[in-house]
This record gives sequence, structure tokens and C-alpha cells, in this order.
Amino acid sequence: MLEIKGLHVSVDGKEILKGLDLKLGTGEVHAIMGPNGSGKSTLSYVIAGRDGYKVTAGDILFKGNSILDLLPEERAAEGIFLAFQYPVEIPGVANTTFLRESVNAVRRYRGEDELDAMQFIRVLRKKVAELGVSDDLLKRAVNVGFSGGEKKRNEILQMSVLEPALAVLDETDSGLDIDALKIVSDGVNRLRDPQRTTLVITHYQRLLDYIVPDYVHVLANGRIQRTGGKELALELEKNGYAAFTGEAA
Amino acid sequence: MKVSADTFGQDNDLGDDAYKYGFVSDVESELAPKGLSEDTVRFISAKKNEPAWMLDWRLTAYDHWLTMDEPDWQKPKFPPIDYQDAHYYSAPKSMKDGPKSLDEVDPELLAVYEKLGIPLKEQEMLAGVAVDAVFDSVSVATTFRAKLMEAGVIFCPISEAIQDYPDLVRKYLGTVVPYTDNRHATLNSAVFTDGSFVYIPKGVRCPMELSTYFRINEANTGQFERTLIIADDDSYVSYLEGCTAPQRDENQLHAAVVELVLHDNAEIKYSTVQNWYPGDKNGVGGIYNFVTKRAVCRGKNSKVSWTQVETGSAITWKYPSCVLLGEGSVGEFYSIAITNNMQMADTGTKMIHIGKNTTSKIISKGIAAGRSDQTYRGLVRMSPKATGARNYTQCDSLLIGDICGAHTIPYIECKNKSAVVEHEATTSKISEEQLFYLRQRGIPEETAVALIVNGFCRDVLQQLPMEFAVEAQKLVGISLEGSVG
Repeated sequence: MLEIKGLHVSVDGKEILKGLDLKLGTGEVHAIMGPNGSGKSTLSYVIAGRDGYKVTAGDILFKGNSILDLLPEERAAEGIFLAFQYPVEIPGVANTTFLRESVNAVRRYRGEDELDAMQFIRVLRKKVAELGVSDDLLKRAVNVGFSGGEKKRNEILQMSVLEPALAVLDETDSGLDIDALKIVSDGVNRLRDPQRTTLVITHYQRLLDYIVPDYVHVLANGRIQRTGGKELALELEKNGYAAFTGEAA
Repeated sequence: MKVSADTFGQDNDLGDDAYKYGFVSDVESELAPKGLSEDTVRFISAKKNEPAWMLDWRLTAYDHWLTMDEPDWQKPKFPPIDYQDAHYYSAPKSMKDGPKSLDEVDPELLAVYEKLGIPLKEQEMLAGVAVDAVFDSVSVATTFRAKLMEAGVIFCPISEAIQDYPDLVRKYLGTVVPYTDNRHATLNSAVFTDGSFVYIPKGVRCPMELSTYFRINEANTGQFERTLIIADDDSYVSYLEGCTAPQRDENQLHAAVVELVLHDNAEIKYSTVQNWYPGDKNGVGGIYNFVTKRAVCRGKNSKVSWTQVETGSAITWKYPSCVLLGEGSVGEFYSIAITNNMQMADTGTKMIHIGKNTTSKIISKGIAAGRSDQTYRGLVRMSPKATGARNYTQCDSLLIGDICGAHTIPYIECKNKSAVVEHEATTSKISEEQLFYLRQRGIPEETAVALIVNGFCRDVLQQLPMEFAVEAQKLVGISLEGSVG
């Protein structure tokens, strides 16, 4: 699904990723763990194609093709979804309007017919019921005045409506209480599917109790330092990242 | 003066695709000789077959105009206008014999409006919207007049009202915007050619939306329309105007005057979607939109609401205002001003509180992109008698890119201790974060900008009649094309 080869990325002239290799198979759930400043968010942004994240060497292949020349909206339409650590507020734009715009933009890109208002509402109602999101959330302006939990739930709602081939969750657990964490995790698990790949980026092992990964990678100093099974997360929880950053624990 | 067909069409290749109303229609016109003089005023008055009182009023205005200086306090500066280098009257030749009904209107003219998306055949129109179509200096058609007349509503070109309802016109014309008001309004008083006249009698709720569609077609002309709306006691009307013009590399002057008069408990909702040709990317061409609009709430508990979406014109200079005379009268001003490329806008409102317990609300949304520059300029005046008066003002500016400008200049004069004036203002930018978020959801950059801007303008767009709100939303997106990336 996703293959990253020898990726070097600079932000404002400073190299953040320094030869990162990563391979995610179809249907797998991977977790990336790492200390602050290790390049976790940079990795998610560079996959999504954010401006200012300059690839100086290496490549990112999605479904076998390089995506480095694709715009963010093209990558999204190809099936890459990023759940934001800090979802952005769009004042005055109703959540439903935004979601419909998003779904139809992706459908246009794929050469499919757009959904009219009624068709879209039917799709949305179904997803909303599945995720247990309140209707009220749909009418409000995108993320404006949402609590931390509501923002994250909104990300998961968008993900379930767009049904991406690759979902990247960037620190989705940050700012969530335990109940919200369960709801969000349930949403992610519901989308687990042999055709879909998930990349969970997190600081803490906690989230991985709910979204159980097939593989865990440790990212430090701009590279993957170690790869293992889910037990690696527990080891990190116990011993910290010191062994990978070269600092004393 | 005849204009041959080869004058037309030469400006079609200016290369700005975004402005889809930039076409010139090959319509043979009758023009006044170039230049402005007493003879020009007499020419126009004669063309309209006006009574002596009307000509006298025009000539008085013209004499006064000669004594006035060009206003220069506004922020947009521009080279002096050569008032002698324009035609002050231009009418399609086919209108010479004065078609009596829609069936007699030149099909060429109907086709022009068809192309603009305004079908003038009643059976094809939006149900519930009557249209007065003004082409250069004349009204070419007014629809649904008979139906409106059944309700007692008069909706006709002002040139006809001068003939058919001289008492009403004489009673109200110039009472809201006197011919001495400002140089552009004075010029309009001298040379105005057409526009709409509306009278809603006592106790009548106008059964349809009224609208006027202004089109400038001829080169080297100005358009000077005059609109007068009178809402008698306990009446209601919603009125909408739209405007477009061909793409040309000369600047054309549009100096209109709109007067609204409201009696007891009357309500007028006046909406404008202004989309005159804005000029090209480098600021060549475009309309100078210098407009004076004012409402007087004479009656108690009357209410006037101005809603404007200003996306066109090279320069917009416009302050739709409310004089709140009647006790408990209400003035509202909802505005969206969008400037892109080299456009300039200096726009806002004046709320003059005179009566007791009068209230006003101002919601202004300014969006500046490209190298454009815009100013919100608003006056709130609480006069000594305006006991218990209140005003709330909110001015928000949104900047796209870093070479445009937005300015807010509120003037507040409060001479009554019990009056309350509130002013809030914000300035923000479309952030890279917001754009990236929307693009990550598959929404292309320009659509994302349009979505963010429409959200920013939502409070104002909601005020538009539903039939026009959708069009206005699209226009917001189109006006900002090319503003990012």
C-alpha cells in the first residue's frame, strides 16, 4: 500500500527525516512511536503533501506509484487520509457542507457522479448512526467551538465518510479522555478492513490498547530505529525512548 | 449619432476569462453627442419628453454641479475624469418607438438578457420575481407590471413614472438625496436617464420580489440611473438589483442615485449584487462605481435593510445609508465587499439616528485579495433627540495573500447620553493550515478558498432573498479565482 524509501525531508532548511524507510502492507495496522521532535508529525504531513515539507531525497510510493508530484487534494482523492492532531476551525462553514464538498471533490477526481443533497444526507446519516455522533455536530461550523473530543470524533466521521485506502492518524489520542478515546478507537476499528491500511502515530502506548497494531516502529532522530510486534509498545512504555535517542534515561 | 457595427467586438480579447459577462452586444444605438453641457441636459430631457419642472430641476442641478469639486477624501485615488469624453445618453435604436409590451421588444435585446441569465419572457422567469431591465440609458422591459398593478403596486421605469405619476415623483424625488448632496449625485440629478420607480400603497405587502437588472453595453458612455422607492404605511417590499458590463480597457462611470422613503410601519429590503466589470489583472479598465444610496425612515417603526454583495468595479465608492427619523425605526446594513487584483473599494454606511428608540445594525465583511485595497468607512450618528437609540457594528476583514490591504474607519458621533453604540472589528487571514486541512480532504485550493470565504460571509449571505443567495455564493468563488497559488 505505502512504501517509503530513503526519505530525507527538510523544513525551513533543517533536516527532520534522515533516510526513513517504511513499508505498510494492505490491510495492516502499523504504529509509529517516538519521542517529541523525532519527526512523527513531519512524516504524516509529508505523506499528505503539505507545503513547506521538502523532500530532498528518497521517494514515497502509494499503490506502487510515486506521489511526490501530487497535490494534497490529489493525494486525498487517491485515498490518503490524515486525521489531524489539531483539527482546524473553518468559521461559518457547516460541517455537512464541508463533508459534502469533500466527498464530491473526491468523486469528481475519480470521474464519478456527484452526490446530490439528498443522496449525501442518506450516506451521512448512516455513518453518524454507526459512530454515535450527535446530529448537532453536523450543523455546527467545522470544528468551531468543538471540545477536544468532538474535534477528534469529527475527524473519525470524515474518515468513515471518505473511506480512505490509507488512514494516517496523527496523535489522535492527544487531548482525549478515556471515554472519547474509546469512541474514537471504535471508529477506527470499525474501518479495519483487509483492503485498508492504517498508520497510527502516537506518543503513548495507551491508544494501542484500543487500536491493536500488527507492527510497531520506533522513530527517533529522523529514522526508523526498530520494528517489532505490539509487544514493542509495552517495552517502550516501560523503558522510554532513551535507548534510541542516545540520551540517558 | 450613429455607431457602426465595427465599433463593437474589438474589446473581446482582453484575456480575462473569469468575468463571464464581459461580452459586448451588437446593438445599434442612438447616442447623445459626446460631452456634458446644458445642451446635453436638454437633449436627455427632450428624449424623455419630460415636463418643464423636470427639465428645470435637472438644469438647476447642472448649474450646481459646475460649482462643485470632485470629492477626494476617499482612499482610492484616480486620475481626473474627463467628463467631456463620454456620451450621456445611449439607447438601442429599436427602443425609439417605445415598445408597449414585451412582445414588441427587440428580440436582440431579449437575447442579451437571456445570455446574462435573466430571461425576460414572463413564463420563463423565476416565479415571484418581477424584473425591470435597464440597458445603457433606457429601460427596455419591465415584467409582471399588470400583475403587480392588481395589488396596487407601481413598478415601472422612472422615465415613465415622470409621465404617468408626476405628482408622486415630484413629491419625493430629491427629498432623500438632494441635488446638492455630492458631486456624483448632483451629476446624476442633471443627466439621469432611467432606473426604476416603485410605489407600494398603504397596507400592501408586495406579492413578488422586484428587481432591476442594469447593463452597460455601449462604449464611451456612463450609466446614470435613478431609483425611487416609496413604501407607504404598513407596506412591505423586497427589491434586488444586479449589474454587469462588457470588458473594456477604458474606465466607464456609473453614478447612480437610489432614494427610499418609508412611512409608518413600512419595510423595505433592498439587496444589491454588484458585478460590474472589475478591470483586468493589471488594473486596466473597469467601472467607476460611484453611487449614492439613502433611505429615510420617516414613519414610526419603519424598517430598512440594505444588503450588498460588491464584487465588481475597478473602484467602488458607496455608502448606502439610513436616516432614522421615525420613532422606533430600524436601519440595517449587511455588506460583503470583495476586491481582487487591482480593485479598490471604499464602502460602508451611515446610520443617522434622529428619532427616539431607533436601532441600527451594521455587519460588514470585507475580503481583499491580489493587490487590491479596501476600506470600510461607516458613520454612526446619535443626534440629541435620539433617546434610547442603539447601534451595533461588526466589521470583519479577511486578507488573502500579503500584498492587499483592508482598513476600517468607523466614525462615531454620539450626542445623546442614553444612546448605546457598540463597535467590533476583526482582521484575519486565510491560514495555510485551513487550506491544507480542506485540501487534505480532497477539496482543490480554489474551491477551498471559496468555501472559507463563503463561511466568512455567511451572516450576510443569509440576508439575501433565497433565489439570489445561491448565485451570490457562486459569485464569491468566481471573484476570487486566481487569488491563490
